[in-house]
Amino acid sequence: MRVEPAVELKDLTVRFPAVTALDGVSMSLQPGEVRVLLGENGAGKSTLIKVLAGVVRPTSGEVLIAGDSVTLTSPRHALAMGVSTVFQELSLVPTLTVAENLVLGHLPSTSGLVSWRSVRQAAEGALERVGADINPRTKVERLPRSSQQLVEIARGLMGEPRVLILDEPTSSLGEQESERLLGLVQALAGRGIAVIYITHRLHEIERIAHHITVLRDGKLVATVESDDVGDNDHLVELMTGQRPSSLYPRTSRHPGGVAFATDDLQGPELHGVTLGARYGEIVGIAGLIGSGKSSLVRTVFGLDPVDAGQVMLHGRPFVPRNPSHSLSQGIAYYPSDRKREGLALNQPLRTNITLGSLNAIGASKRGFLARRPENTAVQRAVDSLRIRPNLPNRRTEMFSGGNQQKAVLARGLLHSCPVHLFDEPTVGIDVGAKADVYRLMDQLANDGKAVVLVSSDLPEVMGMADRLYVLHEGRVTAHLGHSSLTEAAVLEAFFGPGQIEEGIS
Amino acid sequence: MPFVLIGMIVLFSVLEPRFLDVDNLSNIARQSVFLLIITLGQMILLLCAQLDLSVGATVALVSVVTSLTMTRLGDGGAGSIAIGIVCGLLTGLVVGAINGFAVTRLKVPAFMVTLGTASAVTGIALILTNGAPVTGLPEEFTRIFGTGALVGIPIPLLVTLVVCLVMYVLLYRTNFGRSVYAIGGNAQAAHVAGIRVGVVLTLAFVTCSLLVATSGVLLTARVASGEATLGASFVLLSIAAAVLGGTSLFGGEGRLGLVILGVLFIGILANGMNLLRISSYLQQVVVGVVLVAAVAVDRYRAHR
Repeated sequence: MRVEPAVELKDLTVRFPAVTALDGVSMSLQPGEVRVLLGENGAGKSTLIKVLAGVVRPTSGEVLIAGDSVTLTSPRHALAMGVSTVFQELSLVPTLTVAENLVLGHLPSTSGLVSWRSVRQAAEGALERVGADINPRTKVERLPRSSQQLVEIARGLMGEPRVLILDEPTSSLGEQESERLLGLVQALAGRGIAVIYITHRLHEIERIAHHITVLRDGKLVATVESDDVGDNDHLVELMTGQRPSSLYPRTSRHPGGVAFATDDLQGPELHGVTLGARYGEIVGIAGLIGSGKSSLVRTVFGLDPVDAGQVMLHGRPFVPRNPSHSLSQGIAYYPSDRKREGLALNQPLRTNITLGSLNAIGASKRGFLARRPENTAVQRAVDSLRIRPNLPNRRTEMFSGGNQQKAVLARGLLHSCPVHLFDEPTVGIDVGAKADVYRLMDQLANDGKAVVLVSSDLPEVMGMADRLYVLHEGRVTAHLGHSSLTEAAVLEAFFGPGQIEEGIS
Repeated sequence: MPFVLIGMIVLFSVLEPRFLDVDNLSNIARQSVFLLIITLGQMILLLCAQLDLSVGATVALVSVVTSLTMTRLGDGGAGSIAIGIVCGLLTGLVVGAINGFAVTRLKVPAFMVTLGTASAVTGIALILTNGAPVTGLPEEFTRIFGTGALVGIPIPLLVTLVVCLVMYVLLYRTNFGRSVYAIGGNAQAAHVAGIRVGVVLTLAFVTCSLLVATSGVLLTARVASGEATLGASFVLLSIAAAVLGGTSLFGGEGRLGLVILGVLFIGILANGMNLLRISSYLQQVVVGVVLVAAVAVDRYRAHR
């Protein structure tokens, strides 16, 4: 007997005024199947899940849920039909408790009064289902990001959905938390839930995917069985339409003197970090969430406070004060959370590219703007980083994630600083854009700049770094040269003291 | 906004032919300048995702300080007029600096800070005057800045044109303007990008209060007395005019030209209702309803 697909799309097309976001896409998902949606930013993944979530109405085509053709009119309707979507942007109310968030919108009540006992029971049940050890009475804003993500998923599962859609659920999680989440996805599939899973992390795919559907420019390029994939290069080729050269470029590097060094640096998340970076090399910093790896570069840049310890910059003591001061002293920092700390989304891309660097590029004469130098600098940034579309006066939020990230990078480059601190520079951007970012870092190191790469993406940081420091609970637990970098050595140091190599060059 | 404005102009000219008289139109312009200058100040703060609820009180204090200085100095000559004007503007500067300091250094939200200064400033104006209007202003002052004209253009209108021009340069041709928009868009991102957010915000508060003071001086000349009760309606109207002109309350969005139209809208509305002899009590009701309705229409058009 043929099992009715949990969800089926027939010839789905979505047109927006300027673009065709989805173009005749057909696919179907069996109950208990994990389907990975793969594609570059702007390939149509988001539009596809928005149709299923009832946010976007298709221009033509059909959606079938458990065999019935439906028109999903609102997120509420989609939920009622058994399609639950967990978007990448968290949608929890930070000031409410976990339990309140879980029952938001369908608060159990008797004759108009909230029954807090049922609320707690429902919440506990939901948290148990995702294997989360979280007190339902905690306020969401007090939870680490990874726990918030679990709460979000628990909420997605509240209505016993047929289909669960997860949009890059691990993008903000560390290695360990990601691992747990992948396990959860497998367990859910085992219970007969069809899962649509969007990710840019290729190694997650082989873990959980049954099938992989690749989208490019709104069209379905291929659906492949995960056993048939072979190597990642094949997937990248399907996504981009081009055979990838090596993702992590390594031109020859000639490290010079020490650019900056920290000595026993202490802060809220740092408990004595001693490390350094030289001109002309890429130094990786890895560690779990909360290890202090991000806080380290933020402290050096003047965003997090220094409690004790010392920073040396260009051979002189340096006291971090604020970003403006650090930039003037030659340190550029690229924030990890581009929506929160990187970009003013309602401003033109141009503003974001030259923000804070108008003086550095000579586009400011006694406080007045000089349009021509600014245009030149913006255009050069757009060209060299391949920002698309080439419309710098368009509002930043209209650009895809990868292009937004490039704007953040472009800005730091305009200062022509000798030290560049990258904090998770490739989170949530597609492979094509990632390759551009890696090329950029390689080029900086080649030009004799000191490049620091903080990353939770292990293959990335191992592929790019000449030397790698691993942090654990605010201390350096391993220091490894490129040749002795193994996943095992790094992972070991994630949880405690590991290998410290001396005299690496 | 332009459509709503044109619709209203058509409506008034049909209901009351006198509306389109040259005299009446110049009347509208003369009456709107005070609100316009204040609204431009309010706009800078709204662009930064801040606001100033003390604009009305500041107008009153500036009026009182200006007229007290002029009358106490006594001689009624050019010197006392100049000193009076400078003292009025300095009053604005001080209020703006206090607002800016409390918001950026003490980290009190602008809503509370300016609510507080509004109360304190009003109190000071009342203390200085004992609640009575200050009269006996130098005639030269009221003649030049109240009703005077240069090459046929009323002085207050001339000042307003200069203010508009300065604002245009400030917002679109300076680093400061860029920073204002960026901070309103995302203050934390601006900070990380190396913008000195505190400095820019303080300057924005000072600029706003200076504009308010400018308006206060002109208004004092116009009414020919210093009054501690002057300008209370400017708080609501300046925010309303800026928002009518498409300025976002959440920062980073707003165009100078449209804000000027927003002020004209309010000026024309008041003028038209006066011509139609609508009672001032009813006018208040109409203004309230129309403001909300106009913004609703505007938002509907934007999101369609």
